[in-house]
Amino acid sequence: MKTRNSGSVVRLAAPLWGMVQRFHFPLLILAAIALMMIGHVNGNAVDVARTRVTDAVSPVLNVMSRPAASVADGLEYFRQLVDLHDENARLREENARLRQWEQAALRMDAENRSLRSLLSFKPDPAATVVTGRVVGDPGGAFVRTVVVTVGAREGVERGQAVMSGQGLVGRIVQVGEWSSRVLLITDLNARIPVVLESSRQRAMLAGDNSDHPLLTYLPPNSEVTRGERVFTSGHGGLFPPGLPVGIVEKGADGKPRVVPMADLSRLEHVQVIDFGTTGGVAAEATQPGAMK
Amino acid sequence: MAGGMFHQLDQTARNLLPFSVTILAMLVGMVPLPLPGYAMVTVPLMLMCLFYWVIHRPDLLRPLVVFMIGLLQDLIGGTPIGMTSMVLITAYWLLITQRRFFLGRSFVMLWIGFALVATGAAVVQWAVFALMTAKILDAGPVLVQAVLGVALFPLMAWLLQRLHRAYLS
Repeated sequence: MKTRNSGSVVRLAAPLWGMVQRFHFPLLILAAIALMMIGHVNGNAVDVARTRVTDAVSPVLNVMSRPAASVADGLEYFRQLVDLHDENARLREENARLRQWEQAALRMDAENRSLRSLLSFKPDPAATVVTGRVVGDPGGAFVRTVVVTVGAREGVERGQAVMSGQGLVGRIVQVGEWSSRVLLITDLNARIPVVLESSRQRAMLAGDNSDHPLLTYLPPNSEVTRGERVFTSGHGGLFPPGLPVGIVEKGADGKPRVVPMADLSRLEHVQVIDFGTTGGVAAEATQPGAMK
Repeated sequence: MAGGMFHQLDQTARNLLPFSVTILAMLVGMVPLPLPGYAMVTVPLMLMCLFYWVIHRPDLLRPLVVFMIGLLQDLIGGTPIGMTSMVLITAYWLLITQRRFFLGRSFVMLWIGFALVATGAAVVQWAVFALMTAKILDAGPVLVQAVLGVALFPLMAWLLQRLHRAYLS
């Protein structure tokens, strides 16, 4: 140990090491800023690293998210016990109403099929679905993404649409071996071409990190009625047309916004949908700067 | 001999406590809770851990390690890579220079200190995101996050103190 401070290498290295020690913090901060710049310019390398790390951590998150999910389930159970009676009455009424709709739907389906056979209409290819568990929403205040437990092994590809039971949730932006990341429709970087149900008005649904994304690129004098339903339009080839997205409302600032049909704050399981048309050039083209 | 080795192992494991607690805090912060709006305002658990350990045992949580933890958070979280590192290192720097001031003080002073650090972290996060997206963003979420962190700080500090006393004294 005594010889440590002698020798020419040490004589040279010691002051250098002293400098590093002294400017430890500025150096680290500079390194962080450099990393941010590298990440901004060279997104691909960072994406690969993200994919690897997320893959490695997702099993841990999967285990950790289970207790939280069971606690939530338990609370939900007791909450439901309280208004079981009202809920039952409401469901009975809804069931009666839905049965009528079922009849109507069956009738229309038959009619549709016969008309299609007359027109020799080419139907869209059937979709395949992979269901995954949401194990993390790690983004914090400014990023709206979730990590799900399905990946390349299950055939998930970048650009595929992700739905929960009720409606569109987002799109796959990063695929690992057994985990992938979903960019929610509320994220700042999310842009989805949509169409309004009754007016057939096309628009772009733009996330702005709030719970209700904005409807943009509407013609200036177009009528937007509150309560109108919004579907994906299929333009740009990223998503298939006709996926339910949400319902139009007027925001506090008077701009038209969309209330997502899926409850994005309590996602538990989501379906990744493969329509056989996504991916490839279209998916990459609408991927500016990836996750950023 | 064997006793010595086990003693060393035991000591090493104990010394890893600040690091493991901080990593655990990071992971817990990522678990989805089915509360409306929770994803927006994740509690800054990691910042609380950092605050506590830098004031009490900075020798067991070195800046470089903190930098790496921040990097890990960015990689998993999808935030701009290096951002969390920068926030954490800045907080570390600030705290280590004010450490002597905080050590002798009452809990209320610590609390106020944390409030300042949490606000600073929120501002840095907001600024980085605003620069990255070249837009003026709504600062609401980060501020709520900071306030939530300040509100929950006593609980976390108590927990950390229990751990600290049980394993590191």
